[in-house]
Amino acid sequence: MIETGDDAPYDDQPDTFEDALIAARLCAIDPGLGGMVLRGGGEVRDALIAEMRGGLPAGAPMRRIPAHIDDDRLLGGIDLTSTLALGRAVSRTGLLVEADGGVVVVPMAERLSDAVAGRLAAVIDTGEVVVERDGAALRGQAQFLVVALDDGVEPDERIPSALAERLAFWIDLTDTTFQDHARILGAHEGQWEPAPWEGWSPQQAQGIAANFAEPSPQILEVLAATAAALGIDSARAPLFALRAARAAALLAGRHEIDEEDAALAARLVYAPRATRVPMPAPEPEPEGDTEEPPPPPPDSDGGEEERSEPTPPEDLVLAAALAALPKDVLARIATGHGRTATRTSGAGERRKSNARGRPMGARAGVPGGGVRLSLIDTLRAAAPWQKVRGSTDRIAVRRDDLRIRRFETRAQALTIFAVDASGSSALTRLAEAKGAVELLLAEAYVKRAEVALVAFRGVAAELLLPPTRSLARARRSLAELPGGGGTPLAAGLNAARELAESARARGKTPFVVILTDGRANIAADGTAVRATAQSDAEAAARAIGAANIASAFVDISVRPRPEGAALAAAMRARYLPLPRADAATMHAAVKSSEPR
Amino acid sequence: MHLMKVSFPFSAIVGQDEMKRALMIAAVDARIGGVMVFGDRGTGKSTAVRALAALLPPIPAAQAGYQDGTPRKGNVPVPFVDLPLGATEDRVVGALDLERALGAGIKAFEPGLLARANGGFLYIDEVNLLEDHIVDLLLDVAASGENVVEREGLSVRHPARFVLVGSGNPEEGELRPQLLDRFGLSVEVRTPQDLKQRVEILKRCDAFERGPEAFAEKWHKDERKALEQIARGRAALAGVDVPDEVLTFASRLCMAVGADGLRGELTLMRSARALAALGGANAATTDHIRTVAPMALRHRLRRNVLDETGSTVRIERALEGLAA
Repeated sequence: MIETGDDAPYDDQPDTFEDALIAARLCAIDPGLGGMVLRGGGEVRDALIAEMRGGLPAGAPMRRIPAHIDDDRLLGGIDLTSTLALGRAVSRTGLLVEADGGVVVVPMAERLSDAVAGRLAAVIDTGEVVVERDGAALRGQAQFLVVALDDGVEPDERIPSALAERLAFWIDLTDTTFQDHARILGAHEGQWEPAPWEGWSPQQAQGIAANFAEPSPQILEVLAATAAALGIDSARAPLFALRAARAAALLAGRHEIDEEDAALAARLVYAPRATRVPMPAPEPEPEGDTEEPPPPPPDSDGGEEERSEPTPPEDLVLAAALAALPKDVLARIATGHGRTATRTSGAGERRKSNARGRPMGARAGVPGGGVRLSLIDTLRAAAPWQKVRGSTDRIAVRRDDLRIRRFETRAQALTIFAVDASGSSALTRLAEAKGAVELLLAEAYVKRAEVALVAFRGVAAELLLPPTRSLARARRSLAELPGGGGTPLAAGLNAARELAESARARGKTPFVVILTDGRANIAADGTAVRATAQSDAEAAARAIGAANIASAFVDISVRPRPEGAALAAAMRARYLPLPRADAATMHAAVKSSEPR
Repeated sequence: MHLMKVSFPFSAIVGQDEMKRALMIAAVDARIGGVMVFGDRGTGKSTAVRALAALLPPIPAAQAGYQDGTPRKGNVPVPFVDLPLGATEDRVVGALDLERALGAGIKAFEPGLLARANGGFLYIDEVNLLEDHIVDLLLDVAASGENVVEREGLSVRHPARFVLVGSGNPEEGELRPQLLDRFGLSVEVRTPQDLKQRVEILKRCDAFERGPEAFAEKWHKDERKALEQIARGRAALAGVDVPDEVLTFASRLCMAVGADGLRGELTLMRSARALAALGGANAATTDHIRTVAPMALRHRLRRNVLDETGSTVRIERALEGLAA
């Protein structure tokens, strides 16, 4: 990006902050939009929240919820202190009910547990909190806007999709520079004062909303078609776009949604949700074969009307969305990492455990067998019942009161290397493959992950190294690996899959790395029939894909051919053609495709 | 975001015919054992289930809710319990009444959600987010039809017969097979890919959000029709005959697709009968079996890692094979 120094909006991209401001206003106008996800952005986010609250009635509440809030505080429950003091059941409303009519801010939303996100989602859907917990049954209205602050750094760190799905606007502020901060906040000395919205007041808006025109069939169709063109499946997105367009029309003081509103809605709601870029219609190119950039964004204030014929609205709306596509969208689509990709992080999958890990609260249960008693929670559970149990000088604790601690652990990761040691591979590449495996081994050792090694050559596959953390053993068996013979690829893949499945059954998270040239010539039954060998290999690859095992396929042939890519696709593996890579490059490539 | 006092009319749901059919079948014959709805986010799973509850014909009070033995008269609406996430065990099965225990020192049983759902529906949105021990408990009671409470010095048993309806997003973790098998029917919902349908969804949802009462009024007639169809189906169910050749067809189908256990055949037969009752037929036919086969069997097929073919396709192929 060129440093211009002045505050003119740079190049073609619509100004993110201006868009975010509009989004904040639209939310305040129509809380049905749910709210926004703000990724990155630092202090600029406070300005946006202030802007949003500026549009809500004065005194609208704002609550922040920490990522690991417990259900008592979030939803409400029995207030133990008052209950015991007063001798009657006193319940306490949760944070979400307190936030009714206002804003809920979720800091570090990427760390939000799926359970909390699920509760938030249920409340957003129904507009009320229903509590059935620990002797308390409550109901309370809770309609609020959510601002989810996403501080994720890695592309895979995303906020839970259950929550993101229900918020209309996803705004990426990670690229706002220091200059932007200074520009936006400087004038206000670090404190954003929402400026009065030009030509808009709640009273006036109510007047307009009262006789707001029904959306025209054309607008509905354009919004639905644009969502379809961008590969957005959820039915919520077009509804959000329609609401956003209506709010934009209200903001502009119009009684009807026009194309400009629809284009704005598409830019704000659809662009971040796009999962594919529509194929451009084959246009006749009279101006020669210059590379055409994507259609230019409609510039409301640009006034450049070069085209003589009016653009059809669906093109205009689609173009608006396309112009605002995040820069990395193509990369994300290409690697299959959609925004809604299943969230996993760290080395292994998360699991509940009763013995160790990060504390996750308590649940009813009997201690023993490695399960530990949670004393405070047990006493809390017993406290309200003391009177009815007739206890006087000592606390009466029953079996039902017992609470046990729960923890969340990460499953152990196991990296399985399946190395092709056949003649076709071995001659040139086996040494590099060994080098790369050794580097990965060393790293797995540091992360306390396990490794296993399967080699296939001749007529069968062999488990050279069962899952281990011993680096020395792994090195030795790798060094001793001889090369030469046929390529029983199917056998190698099957052996890797079986190992991965048995590891998974024992609670580990397997990751399979296949290093081969993809040229199978020995069938699964050991016969040397090339055609059968290839189809067997494909079936084995599909089985890995169907078993949902994370994998990478390193094609080490000197001239990669389509067979390799086809096998990788069947495995649903990341395909890494590395014809001339040395050990270090190969290591880096495999590492980058490890599941996070 | 507004409070859904009026729920979206069941008959106004665009497409999703299989889901609607499965829910109606379960409403006609509760013994089928519940419906599991799989689908991506924003496909209207919850909308459909909540809509069905609003639609059902009233049932005798003696069959609904908590029954402590005192006789009840008259009709009441079908109970529908939406299990809130984060519900604790004591509130699900029932426990000592806290208010009375604290105030008067009296031991009294306060019925839980299972008692409230008796005679109606228990809906779990996002089954995979529910604690495992609660899921086990629910399945146990759903299978036995009775809730036994032995806690806090209380000893209570009461009927708890309900249709369990679950929804889940397969992207967010697989369900345990033993859990899946307990559900009678399973349906998969996807967003319609047809543009006309998508426009229609947008239009109806928008109309509903802007004026729920007016929208419900507009669909009142269709809702009435659907309600009558279910009521007639319930009344006719006992009289619907399932001929031997239809039973044989069901057994052959189960064998052909390799559906484990007797539960598949039983569900197939019951749901074909319910479908016939819904359609006003006095006997089930092989066509009824064909219609319900995917929803009754797709979650019971043994997974073959070497075959990536979806369960639905496998069932369809088996059906073609049987026809030939």
